[in-house]
Amino acid sequence: MFLDELAGKGGEWLKGTGPESDIVISSRIRLARNLAEFPFVRKCSDGDKLAIEARVSEVINQQSKWSDPVSYHRIDEMNDLDRQFLVERQLISRELAESNGARSVLIDSGEKFSVMINEEDHLRIQAVQSGLDLTEAWHRINAIDDFVDSCLHYAFHPRYGYLTACPTNVGTGMRVSVMLHLPALVMTRELEKVFRSLQKINLAVRGLYGEGSEAMGDFYQISNQITLGKSEIELVQQVNEVIPVMIEYERKARDFLLRESRDELSDRVSRAHGILQNAKTISSEETMHLLSSIRLGVNMGLIEVDIPMLNRLFLQTQPAHLQKMIGGKLDIADRNVQRAQYLKKSFNISDN
Amino acid sequence: MKCQHCEKPATFHITELTDEVPEELHLCEEHARTYLMQADLKEDEVPSIASALAQQLKVNPAAEQLAQLDQQACPLCGITFYEFRHVGRLGCPHDYICFEDELDPIISNIHSATAHVGKQPRGAGEGTDQRTELIRLRREMEQAIQIEDYEKASMLRDKIAGIEEEEKSG
Ligand SMILES: [Zn+2]
Ligand SMILES: [Zn+2]
Repeated sequence: MFLDELAGKGGEWLKGTGPESDIVISSRIRLARNLAEFPFVRKCSDGDKLAIEARVSEVINQQSKWSDPVSYHRIDEMNDLDRQFLVERQLISRELAESNGARSVLIDSGEKFSVMINEEDHLRIQAVQSGLDLTEAWHRINAIDDFVDSCLHYAFHPRYGYLTACPTNVGTGMRVSVMLHLPALVMTRELEKVFRSLQKINLAVRGLYGEGSEAMGDFYQISNQITLGKSEIELVQQVNEVIPVMIEYERKARDFLLRESRDELSDRVSRAHGILQNAKTISSEETMHLLSSIRLGVNMGLIEVDIPMLNRLFLQTQPAHLQKMIGGKLDIADRNVQRAQYLKKSFNISDN
Repeated sequence: MKCQHCEKPATFHITELTDEVPEELHLCEEHARTYLMQADLKEDEVPSIASALAQQLKVNPAAEQLAQLDQQACPLCGITFYEFRHVGRLGCPHDYICFEDELDPIISNIHSATAHVGKQPRGAGEGTDQRTELIRLRREMEQAIQIEDYEKASMLRDKIAGIEEEEKSG
């Protein structure tokens, strides 16, 4: 099955290619859209949700309309493990996984875009590019939006723009975000200062969270806070403009660490490597934390590990991924043992 | 329901939308006012429905008016302004029209803008109003079925089918 094939792969957003990919993980844009003739999802009857799902899937669930292979999944007919798996891959939101009623997702086989039906809004279209490439993500999502628009009637107001369930998304309905790996800024404790300056220019910063609420391996997402009164191009520019600044801050912090505490840093990276190769049981939180240190070490020339493999491990050591690869449901204790074994195997293969 | 900070009844139900998970607050009028003013004063804070409502309270300090406003309902989807304030999500596209006077200052506060610039759908969204009418018709049809007025229900069903057919050809 399609999902099982995905489990062995890294996913577009963790491919580790593209411009500035040592710091910029991925670029992502999502559009919120609603059909004019139905209530917003929260006020929908079961019948409304079914009708929306049918209407939208009739348009998008046709292979002939897409240049690359796509797959279509009814989330309400899926088991919990598969749902969590799609959340971990960022192909669907936690909200879509956990809500109820008819809802689904269309996934591009290259994982460069997905379309959620009946999330908070009738449609949530997202496009993802590896590295810093918001312009490509915008071209892609704009074309998908044009295609859907040619077949359905979006709710649109001449002054307020695209109408959304939450007034915080109204206007363009667009969220532009870039995910960054900022371990040196975390270590030098400069992150908060940087983030505060971003908030002043209406950009939001969020840590990436894995299972539960634990922050995941020094990954942070920067996105636009407002959606009304600026064009899509302006919103892309606004985020695009601050990313080089963030990259510069992170590089300066890395240089500082190398200059001032090379030995401690090198020790930290080697210890992380040692634990991941030898642990007998390990949580996903600790794994993320240690993988993050190694990733920093590789990018600073302190250790040699294959970056695509590291990127893949960030994903594959998460609970649903691990369980799908092992081929069954596991409790936490068993997962931690399996995770340790999987890490050991991966690092030993890459050392040879 | 009692206020979270005192024994008075909670007449204000505020949903903070600043995080992924909305936070719900239930407060009496006095504590609501204090809370909203504080939220508004906090610098660097991301725009929230609460701070937007605080702006509105300053302009329009009469709490009775807000209570009256809470009773207003959208004729299409039935959501009340109270429910919107409570959950932070609107009920249907028409709410932007029927609650426009109340929403406008909120939207302006969140986005520091009140007009969309950028992409438009084909036809610039013309006909959104006619199509949202289907929300009312479907709701009336369900109500008719519930009270077993099948004659009315079937009439409404035909009317809905007619509009939907027109759309497909248009
Ligand atoms: Zn009180
Ligand atoms: Zn409504």
